[in-house]
Amino acid sequence: MTLWEKITASPMLGGKEGVISLAVLAAVIFVVLPLGVDIFRLNLIGKYLTYAFVAVGLVLLWGHGGILSLGQGIFFGLGGYAMAMFLKLEASDPLSTKIQSTPGIPDFMDWNQLTALPWFWEPFKSLPFTIFAVLTIPALFAYIIGYAMFKRRVGGVYFSIITQAVALILSILIVGQQGYTGGVNGMTDLRTMLGWDIRTDSAKYILYFVNGLLLFGAIFLSKYVMSSKFGMLLLAMRDKEERVRFSGYDVSNFKIFIFCLAAMMSAVGGAMFTLQVGFMSPSFVGIVPSIEMVIFCAVGGRASLVGAVYGTLLVNYGKTVFSETYPEMWLFLMGGLFISVVMFFPSGLAGIWDKYATKYGWFKEKAKPVKKLEVSTSEGEAQAVLTETSPETILAADATGVAAKKATRKKADAMPAIESNKMRGAEA
Amino acid sequence: MFGYSMADIGNIVVMQGFSGLSMFTVLLLMALGLAIIFGQMGVINMAHGEFMTIGAYTTVLISKVAANYGFTDYYFVFAIAIAFVLAFAVGYFIEFIMIRHLYKRPLDTLLATWGLSLVMQQIFRSSFGAKEVSAELPEWMLGSFQPTPDIDIPINGVFVMVLAALVTFGVYMFMFKSRWGLRVRATVQNRTMAGAVGINTAKVDRVTFALGCGIAGIAGAAFTTIASTGPTTGTLYIVDSFMVVVFGGAASIVGTIASAFGIAQAQSVLQFFMTSSMGKVSTLLVIVTILMMKPEGLFASKLRK
Repeated sequence: MTLWEKITASPMLGGKEGVISLAVLAAVIFVVLPLGVDIFRLNLIGKYLTYAFVAVGLVLLWGHGGILSLGQGIFFGLGGYAMAMFLKLEASDPLSTKIQSTPGIPDFMDWNQLTALPWFWEPFKSLPFTIFAVLTIPALFAYIIGYAMFKRRVGGVYFSIITQAVALILSILIVGQQGYTGGVNGMTDLRTMLGWDIRTDSAKYILYFVNGLLLFGAIFLSKYVMSSKFGMLLLAMRDKEERVRFSGYDVSNFKIFIFCLAAMMSAVGGAMFTLQVGFMSPSFVGIVPSIEMVIFCAVGGRASLVGAVYGTLLVNYGKTVFSETYPEMWLFLMGGLFISVVMFFPSGLAGIWDKYATKYGWFKEKAKPVKKLEVSTSEGEAQAVLTETSPETILAADATGVAAKKATRKKADAMPAIESNKMRGAEA
Repeated sequence: MFGYSMADIGNIVVMQGFSGLSMFTVLLLMALGLAIIFGQMGVINMAHGEFMTIGAYTTVLISKVAANYGFTDYYFVFAIAIAFVLAFAVGYFIEFIMIRHLYKRPLDTLLATWGLSLVMQQIFRSSFGAKEVSAELPEWMLGSFQPTPDIDIPINGVFVMVLAALVTFGVYMFMFKSRWGLRVRATVQNRTMAGAVGINTAKVDRVTFALGCGIAGIAGAAFTTIASTGPTTGTLYIVDSFMVVVFGGAASIVGTIASAFGIAQAQSVLQFFMTSSMGKVSTLLVIVTILMMKPEGLFASKLRK
């Protein structure tokens, strides 16, 4: 077995096609774009790629888990603000803020007549704590929201509306508490990280590559999750939640986990956003950015990780180009994009690609054989369940069992009506 | 409490309570339309605020026409009717080209109607300008009457409340006492059976959706009496109206009224004691917390699921 065969055989990467699509994406992000555009544009692309973290999280949460969160901006914002607090504290050392009435605190606090650093700002003087906070605070917040809602089986549209309300609450809160958060302007004028100037071109290049690597980390993590048993359960839960619950799984825990994971990814994106753009403001927290992030994911293809990244890049590129040249056209286009993606291309760019790739026979052994393999193995195991009926094997074959049930169910649906009626009769 | 005497607090509550009533009426009219669309049909109409804006712009335009031709005193009656008809017609059309393809995917209606709201906002901006415009109110609506020397009740507030009461009553009659309402409820309860007994369910859906939009149009007409209208007016109310519907328990008219009242009053009174943003934040926080504990809302209809 050569290395190539070993890599393509890994179910995690999704076969030959999966490997190639990842390699192409890596080439685009790490080679083509850095060589092809100047540092100003590259920094802009880096900014777009931070949204891709959210989109990747949404692929897990929405595309595979069927949970539409309209509050991903919350976590993007929390991550971004955590990083911004660290950078702001470093930028407001007593020397450079000596003209303030209280030197050593961020400028907006001074403008709002605060005379001491609030207690919750204190820990953000340390970088390790900040990184820890970026990873844990949004996840903890997601855990609280998720626990409260999923344990009570609030799902579907109610979840979407409530997350949206939470996003609204947080953005109003940030705008209203100007002294603690910088208000509507956000935290601006961020300069250095541990003495390293993040505004120079070389720093921007380095941050761009770090961001790209982290994004790939998020993609690989998602691929790992999706190809695991948990990933299969997630799909089963999306399609037939009741059945998964009746097979003895606590569905709410899966939902909470995936919600926290998506939140954590969004937060990393937010932190990288602050580092690359040099500010953070409530306009990345509220309802509008949260919904826009969903559309990035929908345009790319809600079930495709790589697609979500392309979708994010494409929509943001369009937004930049159009809002520079025809600002009044942009809302029409954006709105039209929402409507047409939902109505005509529910699986987004990835769906269109799949359709034509299959039609014209690019990557011939793509998708189909892999699927066949899955079905046949799961059927095999389902038969194993049928023959060996000891309770342990049934429990052990759980995930594949659900998939197998789905497969047989599909077959039943495809059967002529009389036959399936017969089957139903037999079942009854 | 907060350094006010009891008498002060009484006065504040009355004054803020009345200013909350205007907000209550707009929220109620918005939420009634939403309760029909979301509660009965399960469609999340994020463009509902824009249907309200249609009604508001219609009223503003008619008030301008009325000022030219000198029937300012009673144009408002026409304005309400035309706002309703126009919003109804647009809703009917939108249902036909868009919503009916998405009934099986409720989360997707959310995204598609959000897109629709962006398009409609831009249409408003291109045709009426980004500046806020306001209707010229008839003379009789501008004054106020004083039941006691301390209390000053603006007539336009009273008018809007009467209007809201009439519309609520009308919706109740339509939904629970008319043939059409029967068909709507039958379709919601069991689409297949409703179809089997000869109800044209597709048509019922379309009229129901359009009716919800039409009521939003009336909300827009009411809105012009208390504030000025801009292209993004609708978005200010959309989250609040959704919270009203969900909090009250979807599909319950009593619940919608109660929660619209509660939310509007709580915001209005709290905004006096705290800053305006904190008042809104604490109201929403309380609602979200209650919803997390009681997800089906306050007045959920008891259904076997």
